[in-house]
Amino acid sequence: MNNDKELLEAIPESDYKYGFSTDIEMDMAPIGLTEETVRFISAKKNEPEFLLEWRLKAFAHYQTLAMPSWQYFPMPEFDFQAISYYAAPRRKPELKSLDEVDPELLDTFKKLGIPLVEQMMLSGVAVDAVFDSVSVATTFKAKLNEMGIIFCSFGEAVQNHPELVRKYLGTVIPYTDNIFSALNAAVFSDGSFAYIPKGVRCPMELSTYFRINAMNSGQFERTLIIADDDSYVSYLEGCTAPQRDENQLHAAVVELVAHDRAEIKYSTVQNWYPGDKEGKGGIFNFVTKRGICAGHSSKISWTQVETGSAITWKYPSVILKGDYSQGEFYSVAVTKNKQVADTGTKMVHLGKHTRSRIISKGISAGQGNNNYRGLVRVSSNADYARNFTQCDSLLIGDKCSANTFPYIESKNSTATIEHEATTSKIGEDQIFYCNQRGISSENAAALIINGYCKEVLNQLPMEFAVEAQKLLAITLEGSVG
Amino acid sequence: MTNTSVLLEIRNLHAGIAGKEILKGLNLTVAAGQVHAIMGPNGSGKSTLASVLAGKNDYEVTDGEIIFNGKNLLDFSPEDRAREGVFLAFQYPVEIPGVSNINFLKTAVNEIRKYKGLEPMDAKSFLARVKECQNLVEFDAKLTGRSLNEGFSGGEKKRNEIFQLAMLEPMLGILDETDSGLDIDALKIVAQGVNKLRSAERSFMVITHYQRLLDYIIPDVVHVLFEGKIVKTGTKELAKELEVRGYDWVKELGTESLTR
Repeated sequence: MNNDKELLEAIPESDYKYGFSTDIEMDMAPIGLTEETVRFISAKKNEPEFLLEWRLKAFAHYQTLAMPSWQYFPMPEFDFQAISYYAAPRRKPELKSLDEVDPELLDTFKKLGIPLVEQMMLSGVAVDAVFDSVSVATTFKAKLNEMGIIFCSFGEAVQNHPELVRKYLGTVIPYTDNIFSALNAAVFSDGSFAYIPKGVRCPMELSTYFRINAMNSGQFERTLIIADDDSYVSYLEGCTAPQRDENQLHAAVVELVAHDRAEIKYSTVQNWYPGDKEGKGGIFNFVTKRGICAGHSSKISWTQVETGSAITWKYPSVILKGDYSQGEFYSVAVTKNKQVADTGTKMVHLGKHTRSRIISKGISAGQGNNNYRGLVRVSSNADYARNFTQCDSLLIGDKCSANTFPYIESKNSTATIEHEATTSKIGEDQIFYCNQRGISSENAAALIINGYCKEVLNQLPMEFAVEAQKLLAITLEGSVG
Repeated sequence: MTNTSVLLEIRNLHAGIAGKEILKGLNLTVAAGQVHAIMGPNGSGKSTLASVLAGKNDYEVTDGEIIFNGKNLLDFSPEDRAREGVFLAFQYPVEIPGVSNINFLKTAVNEIRKYKGLEPMDAKSFLARVKECQNLVEFDAKLTGRSLNEGFSGGEKKRNEIFQLAMLEPMLGILDETDSGLDIDALKIVAQGVNKLRSAERSFMVITHYQRLLDYIIPDVVHVLFEGKIVKTGTKELAKELEVRGYDWVKELGTESLTR
């Protein structure tokens, strides 16, 4: 008689499927964080002077900052001195092809379902694979080069396109933005860089797979994407991480710049190790993501499917500076066991006739805590700005929670701002209805959840949508039997 | 009536919810191909009977047995009862946002087929079948593609139940107050749909307050349920008599304990 209840309790307990780690010799920075650490990283990366200076300024600023206290979850204790801030897989210098990559490393990618070789041959997806901190392989570069598209690791961009890095680095998210952006600026090891020149429509989805591997090493990625006038790019970011007992900090920074009539679509599927059922271990995913619609009629769209991490804390945001620019945020965040998600977006309307759309779908199971936090700000100059926000929460079981913290600040009376919010449960009635049509409780839950997320999943590029659906199914797999 | 033609046999059924007994020794036999109407005042246990047959968790069976197609129905989970051929047209069909009617039905059809050891239906045959059933019950094709019952009118939801019934081809269709909230035109369409789905093998249990529906779905047998028991059984004339004399008459019957 308690079928449904058992199901609802079983859902949150499905185990993390990607729990393994590889054994590759690491090139580690000494544990701890000092100015020397910053200099060590910069030297390792053979960086130009301006970047070292910038890092040092960020580090100095970081030292003046304290942890924030406004978040709606208990902040874990961090010992920033107990982390190694740089870990690189040992490799031969100057890799010319995938054949030269450590076979064990390639095997790891295969386990993750990211066979680079196959991807090079089969798909139209260029993969800049980040293993720990250093990019080990970049594909399709030549093809993109022909079009003038730069897609490479951040480190390579620093070496080969220092003028672009210098021009844009920290312009959307200054190191003064928050403690993690300061920390990232000081110690970031690598990441991805993309530049789409004027009038170019990037013919393939750019994608990067991240993976945390080194014990006790925080990962500080930095991504910078610039879309010049009349260009278009779709960028995919996906990650799974191996099982760990130690908490690991992931404090990435992603900056997007869209010039006149340019469009950037940034999609994320995040599946870091969420910790065990007791909430032990798991990744702290404290990411700062922001884009600026700098140009007239430019557009930035964030889509995220967040299923992993012990704590997900991020607000991919858009500054709508150019007149007639558009910002979008589509999000599915799943929390189960003792996971926490405090996520949402900020849409800052500066230009006239700017538009933003926010669709947030939270799913909370087990003892998960799922918070939407969003800001819609309309400045006094942003005549006829429009925003639509829809913020839905789905609860599974009776031990989880969902909260919504929408902030709306409008200084312009011509603005139109709409906010809709719903909270629902996967009702026993819905599951019984499905059962009565011959559908098992497990499939019923999957149907209901996929239906609930459809609006967001539809925003993902095809192959990613499939991956995201699978991920949701895997997340639900505890209900088997 | 030979024994093999009995589809459903309920014997001395006692069932309730949250410790409160609602069905108090109900007996009922439905032969294959028959339409039985269950009538009775509010609170007599009509919807409880439907829920217990479908296997809703909240209800507890404390005594008696239900034999369906030669099998002990109470041994089966709700989904297996559906797969065995029990279909409940809900009084209040649920909405499932984002799940298209057609996707829902495809999942249902294929799970039932799998249970019966059949291959999943290919897309072409499935769509042909959808079209056929849509026509049969006059169900708007536009609604097939929409999210399950989301934003449907009361009438559309009820018609969707009959459409699903047509698609899933059950042996027993239980209509739980399908007429409630329907105007006369919608009522006729629903009734016509049901009539087209009647066959020598398929039985129906039509639960209703009012005789009105039975003008369009002519029952073979009419039962009056009162305080958890069948207190009177008759032909369609019984429904008409009820309409005239009201349920107070039934209550008198009940107190006289005229049970079968």
